[in-house]
Amino acid sequence: MLSFALRRFALAALILLVAVTLMFLMIRAVPGDPVQIMLGPRATPELQARLTAELALDQPIWRQLVIFYGNMLQGDLGTDVFSGRSVTQIVFQQLPFTLELIFASIIWSAALGILLGAYAAAHPNTVIDRTVAVLSVSFVAAPAFVVALLSLLLFAVHLQWFPAIGVGDGFWDRLDHLVLPAFAIGLSWVGYIARLVRASMLEVLGENHIRTARAFGLAERRIVMVYALRIAILPVVTVIGVGMGFLLSAAVFAEIVFARPGLGKLVIDSITTRNYPIVMGSVLISTGLFVVSTALADLINAWLDPRARTST
Amino acid sequence: MTETLLEIDGLSVDYETERGDLKALRDISFDVRKGEIVGIVGESGCGKSTLISSILRLTAPNTRFRQGEVRFKGQNLLQATERQMRDLRGDDISIVFQDPMQTHNPVLSVGQQMVDIQHRSSASKAEKRAKAAKMLGAVGIPDPEARLSQFPHEFSGGMRQRIAIAMALMSEPDLLIADEPTTALDATLEVQIIERLRELQREMHCAVLFISHHLGVIAELCDRVVVMYAGAVVESGDVREIFHNPKHPYTRRLIECDPGHIKTRARVLPTIPGEVPDLANLPGGCIFRDRCDQAMDRCAQEVPPLERLGEGHLAACWLNHEEVSA
Amino acid sequence: MTDATIEKPRSELGIILTGVARNPLGLMGLIIVGAIVFSAIFAAWIVPYDPIAMNIQDRMQGPSASHWLGTDQLGRDTLSRVIMGGQVALKVALPAVFGAMVIGLTLGMIAGYGPKWLDNMLMLLFDTIRSFPTVMFALAVVALVGPSLQTVVFVVMATSIPTYGRVARTQTLTLRNSEFILAERSMGASMARILGVHMLPNIIGVLAVLAAMDIPTVIALEAGLSFLGLGVKPPTPSWGALLKDGYALIRQTPWLVVGGGLPIIIATLGFTFLGESLRDVVDPKLRKNR
Repeated sequence: MLSFALRRFALAALILLVAVTLMFLMIRAVPGDPVQIMLGPRATPELQARLTAELALDQPIWRQLVIFYGNMLQGDLGTDVFSGRSVTQIVFQQLPFTLELIFASIIWSAALGILLGAYAAAHPNTVIDRTVAVLSVSFVAAPAFVVALLSLLLFAVHLQWFPAIGVGDGFWDRLDHLVLPAFAIGLSWVGYIARLVRASMLEVLGENHIRTARAFGLAERRIVMVYALRIAILPVVTVIGVGMGFLLSAAVFAEIVFARPGLGKLVIDSITTRNYPIVMGSVLISTGLFVVSTALADLINAWLDPRARTST
Repeated sequence: MTETLLEIDGLSVDYETERGDLKALRDISFDVRKGEIVGIVGESGCGKSTLISSILRLTAPNTRFRQGEVRFKGQNLLQATERQMRDLRGDDISIVFQDPMQTHNPVLSVGQQMVDIQHRSSASKAEKRAKAAKMLGAVGIPDPEARLSQFPHEFSGGMRQRIAIAMALMSEPDLLIADEPTTALDATLEVQIIERLRELQREMHCAVLFISHHLGVIAELCDRVVVMYAGAVVESGDVREIFHNPKHPYTRRLIECDPGHIKTRARVLPTIPGEVPDLANLPGGCIFRDRCDQAMDRCAQEVPPLERLGEGHLAACWLNHEEVSA
Repeated sequence: MTDATIEKPRSELGIILTGVARNPLGLMGLIIVGAIVFSAIFAAWIVPYDPIAMNIQDRMQGPSASHWLGTDQLGRDTLSRVIMGGQVALKVALPAVFGAMVIGLTLGMIAGYGPKWLDNMLMLLFDTIRSFPTVMFALAVVALVGPSLQTVVFVVMATSIPTYGRVARTQTLTLRNSEFILAERSMGASMARILGVHMLPNIIGVLAVLAAMDIPTVIALEAGLSFLGLGVKPPTPSWGALLKDGYALIRQTPWLVVGGGLPIIIATLGFTFLGESLRDVVDPKLRKNR
């Protein structure tokens, strides 16, 4: 287990290293003077000089890369073109809003998805099963930002059940503001997870140990919800880890549509104001988040499965 | 004469398939009395598994009970409600399945599973754990308290089968069904487990329906034996009578083919030439005719009835008629 | 046997389409996709108005007999923009998916057939690209090179190449050791011949199904970027741009949100239904790989 964890994190670190390199190469591959592009029309000689020094543009390219790595390792993602504040600081200020949204979405979509999937698998080929199947495909197919817009229109503007914009103050108000955005970006995950759970559940329900549980007269509910689901749920953990990337993407739209602060809003605003260090910093941090959460999901998965946990 | 516990009476079971109905069991009749060990023997595909899943009503969805009854303590299980069946399973009737490697839930500890199956008892969790540990000790698992918190994959195949037996006997059932419990194990383990099973059976006085394709084990363990071929009973009776005086050519071939007795294990049954008939498309006459070296004209025309040939000895073969009439 | 597990994809398009149409959802997908493709091809002839012609007098009108889906803040006819938007969506989705498929196929076959170190390198590259959250990656690229139709196509290709690459690699690895390939190799067939003549037809079916299932994602990404103002540039009509206009004036012109949102949902549903039933017909095993 420990060596598995080490190997998994080594892979994550390697992927991050390549990701950083790719970002570096991308910035360099853009024709023209990077400083000029990054600063845009607002470039003053003073700012230009500072950025040139920061990016070590006067050095040979391999040295630039080494310095780039060094800065990353120290958590230095550059400085805000306007305020001169550290990009890392600015990004981490916005991150909690995005994480709040993502976790809310994961919680409700995983709970509902698992329930639907397990129920459908326990009653295969019934009307409910078929309905769940069609709904799942439809949910998966519906793009989050369109769902966000349509639900904004229907539930906030038209019916006025929920607030349209912002994050709110205090626990209940914040929760109230979370409902629509979390609904919008979680919907396709309900579909994903329901399909996944149904498939793995059907497989598990066919296994011999389930027949044993039945032969001992255990209640069907307990067999499905404990004996089978404990196993069928394992792939869901992995998928949620991978899902972080999708949810980070979807959160960008939800933040724009519902005018919530967060990583996505920060990036879009920074693109509009051509504040590139913030854009790059946010992209790198969200990538890091994604890579770490995928690795963590694999570890949690291994830990939840006693067969993997107790083996080396 | 002791009281009858389980009666299978004219049971016919089909599987509905795309190729048509598969006649998995045809007119099966036998009974198991209280405290007695009855063996069922036959090749793979003879309907043994269908039979036991029919008794417990744990059958695949495409199963159709066409005829007959399965009576347990006089109650027809095929008419019982799902609720009534659930009350029987793991309480009055327990089962040990064939493949010990897959018979337990892989993500729940052995202790958890053994506590769970005592769901009918009102004892505290600690008491249930203590009982589970006691049962593990009884089937010969050392240090049972500590091993309760381990997971199935931490036990060897033999150990897992002992756990399965411990679980099956925990409720002190009236009937224990053992479905080839030792087939997946090697010979020494097989002997140990069979002996342990017999000791426990004597202690608890439960009846056992022991399914095997290993005649040696059956001879060693059972009081009576039922020989099945292609979904039908071809011969049944007292173990000694069957072994010393088999009245059906199939039984005779089985005995001939059994490699010595209990010391060696038949992984694959030495072959009797020919194939089991297609259950979806049964030929007329005797089902064993194609593989029988003593087949006669009559065997192709009429199905031989299962007839009483002696004290509790039944066989379905025209040869016996020849003898009787000759 | 290997030959049995990797069936040659049935070449007859008719058989496949019949199989798809037999499934109610597949039939629905076929009809929706057919309608979208038809209206995209003949968009110029079927639009009731010029989709980019402004008409300030008729601005911000609700749905009516003359403008079925109303007009926007510049008086442009929403229905016409929806129809033309479908053309734009396909103009982005088809080349992007096709390009990604071809490049992913090539890289995947190289990874599967080539030396181990190259395989490892390509797989690491694939894993890395997949580790960028798609939209974040798109935003980074847009920030660097500016928004345009080509940027969207590039982003889509870059982010979906790894998926095709991985599947093509797995298939190549499986096929590589199959009997008929071993036989070819022992008879001295060239690598190009083995890859092109024997492996390609066996891999392409699976990839085509993946591609069909990828189209909705691409349509959504294009619309999303255009919604953010980072995709197709105005005044080009795009479903995302419709949503952007509708969102800006959501209280005044809500029909723009509906007019832009419903086509996206219908199109993604149509392509998904089609892709799913296509997969069931062509390669039921793929169900588990996704």
